[in-house]
Amino acid sequence: MAVEILYFASLRERLGCDRERLDLPEGVDDLAALIDFLRQRGGDWAEVLGGEQPVLMAINQEMAKPDDAIADGDEIGLFPPVTGG
Amino acid sequence: MTTNSVRICAGPFDPHAEADQVRLGNPRVGAVVSFLGLMRDFNAGEGVTGMSLEHYPGMTEKALQAIVDEACTRWQLEAVRVVHRVGALSPEEPIVLVAVASAHRGEAFRACEFVIDYLKTRAPFWKQEQTAQGARWVDAREGDQIAEARWDQAERDT
Repeated sequence: MAVEILYFASLRERLGCDRERLDLPEGVDDLAALIDFLRQRGGDWAEVLGGEQPVLMAINQEMAKPDDAIADGDEIGLFPPVTGG
Repeated sequence: MTTNSVRICAGPFDPHAEADQVRLGNPRVGAVVSFLGLMRDFNAGEGVTGMSLEHYPGMTEKALQAIVDEACTRWQLEAVRVVHRVGALSPEEPIVLVAVASAHRGEAFRACEFVIDYLKTRAPFWKQEQTAQGARWVDAREGDQIAEARWDQAERDT
């Protein structure tokens, strides 16, 4: 299964990545598992996605929760709490 | 006819002309309430010289539309307009306008506050401020979460 991941704001800066297409191994089928998978890259990935800072998630441009399932071709957005208005 | 509109703008906009659009040509409108958010030149005890606003193109428009749709299910409204800046801003420039038209003032007042409260916690925008010490990302405020939660409580109470 392949997904497109988009990173925004302070997350994008810290990770040095604004978007990537990623092939996911078997078993990485929800957002919590995806975060775990990305954290295994170590360094800033482990730190930024380590749970100390809140990370909001979206699937196909809708806010989503950690236990929401992801599917092939999904667009995943990862970003800090929003500060518009 | 309800003519709702959400718009992301890369340059300055005229808040008065935008707010007028919710009433022009609609004689059923008896009240317009608008909220205008502006860029301050201070935040968290420090001077701020400029701001840059990032967003999630595509999701932003959907999130704003969903908030406007929700307001229209909660109150009887004639029109809602949301305009939000992105990109580089200077102090005193408008960041966001929410304008709501209804037959009577009560609906317009409540819906306007609801839309800005939800926008603050649900629409994917991020502010970065320029200060004398360099650029810094603005932290989310706990007060915004509380303001949003009030509306869920209000719904449960009715």
